Amino acid sequence: MSKQVTNWFRFSSPQVFYPLAGKMIPVFWVLAALFGAAGLWMGFFVAPTDATQGEGYRIIFVHVPTSWMSMFIYLVMAGWAAMGLSFNARLSSMMAQALAPTGALMAFLSLWTGAFWGKPMWGTWWVWDARLTSELILLFLYLGFIALQASIEDPRRADKAGAILALVGVVNVPIIYFSVIWWNTLHQGASVSINKSPTMAMTMLWGMLLMALCLWMYSVAVALTRVRAIILERESHTEWVKQLREVAV
Amino acid sequence: MNWNSAAEFFAMGGYALYVWGSFGACLVAFVAEPLLIRQRHNQAVRTLRRQTAAEKFEMEHP
Repeated sequence: MSKQVTNWFRFSSPQVFYPLAGKMIPVFWVLAALFGAAGLWMGFFVAPTDATQGEGYRIIFVHVPTSWMSMFIYLVMAGWAAMGLSFNARLSSMMAQALAPTGALMAFLSLWTGAFWGKPMWGTWWVWDARLTSELILLFLYLGFIALQASIEDPRRADKAGAILALVGVVNVPIIYFSVIWWNTLHQGASVSINKSPTMAMTMLWGMLLMALCLWMYSVAVALTRVRAIILERESHTEWVKQLREVAV
Repeated sequence: MNWNSAAEFFAMGGYALYVWGSFGACLVAFVAEPLLIRQRHNQAVRTLRRQTAAEKFEMEHP
């Protein structure tokens, strides 16, 4: 038992994790490509035209996955930040730091695709509705986390300050999720009318799930790539970094 | 199959601006982000190489 625990903690060392992440990244890229190809095929060629929204509803295949990922990445980021804070593990804090820009990108894309969906269906790019506003706050939380960390010179102090911001902001995620139930929002709970036949609904659902899996795998690949860059930047004083094959002169 | 021609596909039933505006933004983002990260990684490697070279030089020419 204790031996197994030791083995897991081994991966919290940047020296061990750096090459491991390098090996894992291509796997996640392949998975992202496979899920993405399947999801786009389902979304554009298998899923039928919507009864009320015509072809415009196909925005769902990027809007819902980016929205899910924006919330999910925030929870994962806050989890890593909390681990960094409580165990004083610097790799955990680096993971949180690596996830933030991707989470911010997902939140931005969620708002962007939402605007492009809102314009034709609601007649407006933007309303100050509870769902939209809380998602905008999520984007600001990501940007605040990034800005706060960048503004503090000492990386370990930056990690701690960022972690506290990230943990306080977690309260916003259930607010986004339940906003359509708690408030009377313009943003509907389920925007796709599933009144044709269950099989058609299934193809739409599958397209959405496959795209969500694609973005999940993409996010892992990108976060691992970014954490490798962060490791090089932050561990530049260590002997093992200097002896890396790509660094040695 | 939902489409009879490529033109019909790109027209998206009159929603071309909105559908392609959404998918296009995602495509740009998911191409740009990995490129930016690769640039960041390469920058970190270059800085480290310069550092190592400088240290080596100092060792050889004290």
